Amino acid sequence: MRLNPPQGLGKDATAQAAFRAVFHVRNTRPVIALEQVSYAYGPEPLLTDVNLTLAAGSFYFLTGPSGTGKSTFLKLCYGELKPTTGRVTIFDRNVKDMKRDELAIARRRMGVVHQDCQFLDHLPLATNVALPLTVAGRGNELDDLSALLAWVGLGGLADALPPTLSGGERQRAALARAVITSPDVLLADEPTGNLDWDMSQRLLALLVELNRMGKTILVATHDMNLIRAAKQQVNARVLRIRDKRLQAAGADL
Amino acid sequence: MARKDGPTDRIVPQTGHTAWLTSFTAGVMVFLAVFALALSLAAGRLAERWQEALSNTATIRIAAPPDQMEFQTQAVLNVLATTPGVAEARALTDDEQQKLLAPWFGADLPVEDLPLPRLIEVTSAGQGFDAEGLRQRLSAEAPGAVLDDHGRWRQPLVVAAGRLRLLGQVSILLIGGAMAAMITLAAHAALSANAQVIRVLRLVGARDAYIARAFVRRFTLRALLGAGLGAIFGMLAVALLPGAETEGGFLTGLGFQGIEWAYPLALPIAAAVVAYVATRLAAFNRLRGLP
Ligand SMILES: Nc1ncnc2c1ncn2[C@@H]1O[C@H](COP(=O)(O)OP(=O)(O)OP(=O)(O)O)[C@@H](O)[C@H]1O
Ligand SMILES: [Mg+2]
Repeated sequence: MRLNPPQGLGKDATAQAAFRAVFHVRNTRPVIALEQVSYAYGPEPLLTDVNLTLAAGSFYFLTGPSGTGKSTFLKLCYGELKPTTGRVTIFDRNVKDMKRDELAIARRRMGVVHQDCQFLDHLPLATNVALPLTVAGRGNELDDLSALLAWVGLGGLADALPPTLSGGERQRAALARAVITSPDVLLADEPTGNLDWDMSQRLLALLVELNRMGKTILVATHDMNLIRAAKQQVNARVLRIRDKRLQAAGADL
Repeated sequence: MARKDGPTDRIVPQTGHTAWLTSFTAGVMVFLAVFALALSLAAGRLAERWQEALSNTATIRIAAPPDQMEFQTQAVLNVLATTPGVAEARALTDDEQQKLLAPWFGADLPVEDLPLPRLIEVTSAGQGFDAEGLRQRLSAEAPGAVLDDHGRWRQPLVVAAGRLRLLGQVSILLIGGAMAAMITLAAHAALSANAQVIRVLRLVGARDAYIARAFVRRFTLRALLGAGLGAIFGMLAVALLPGAETEGGFLTGLGFQGIEWAYPLALPIAAAVVAYVATRLAAFNRLRGLP
């Protein structure tokens, strides 16, 4: 749960620090920040003048019609794309200044559910789900892998190859892989696109649980029902991409 | 490189035929390198032996009536003592002459009774002596003396043998270069074929070194395997070549002698190092260009 210091404390640093100490509020430095960001695949920009500060522990939804750049926005957030202009900061580091290895290390603190899942198709599901730990040299922390797989309903499919799975199964596996490192940030691109309502609810419950543990969550989705359900459980804010810009969505959501 | 951490070996899918091609290439290259090595070693031996004969020795033969023999021998030795470039001159004793002739006439040749020429062994120093000048002085002082600087005609052969050795060494380097080029191509092909694998690994936080290691390990091991077989077959082939003639033969034969048999064993290791470096460079080059 996110706690902001009451407005009354103003800019008094000592008072703010005392507030944080009393309420055990973590230092809410932005996890990811975009300043004046624009992005263009070709001559025409797809996104312009995007500003967003993703504070630690916040919960955001991102909506917008197909093709408006939700996935592109997420790719900017985890550094797969570099902004055409403007600045993207991940864990206080400008993406453009980060060395390749620094970006890799930063990604170990981020769980990402890609819209197209992105598996190693020649390796069984369990190995794929464990991959973030393996590449980080944390393969010894794999004890609860089967519990995690069972939790997303894939207990019996540990040895299946990703191409043999259904769309929903792949999405659940992608989510399991995204959370296995217990990342500070979770970025999910249409994680419920192929899931039935029950499974979506389960997934949402996991996201809410992670958010309560202080993780930062950003979910791109078309699913308005999911957003409504979430808003009843957490303080989730909704963003929308319109006219190439990022806006706060209206109160109807 | 061989750090064991999880499925590093398996994160890149196995591709049967390219694996085989890398081993095959390395094997053939090392097979050829074994011959180049044998060539350069044999040429080296030849050059050395001829060079030695050439730099050290000349012989003066004195054919004179028995009563003048002693006198002319002394005269020749005197001339030699004042010839620049002569380190040592020594008349062979009867015993030594007999030993030299023994292979041809048997050990019990009565040397004393035969009108054999006296032999003087001349060891040259530094740049050697002026053969033509010496010849003129000898004909004045000891008409029965003939300078046989037999080493001279070998000079071009020594040069040729030296070149042959160089050719062998350059061949080994070229073979290594060709192998590096082929393995680089194969590594690039593998990196291209696995672009999606690399992308996924990057997305889950793998560092370039981790990804590169999977490729480097595989190519190094493949090259080592092929090169090992290539070296074994190359050495077998060299061993089966017609036997080298013993000392004194004009050709010393293409082959290894004694400790030299250990040298080709270094080739697979060199091949593995070449593969390691080539794949590593290729992998890091390629990875740098990816998001
Ligand atoms: N690699 C690319 N090269 C060129 N154009 C691209 C590339 N990726 C995406 N685009 C274009 O950018 C636009 C936004 O794509 P993006 O995937 O971000 O949309 P989205 O909002 O996620 O859509 P959806 O809801 O369908 O997933 C699309 O018009 C797409 O065609
Ligand atoms: Mg998308």
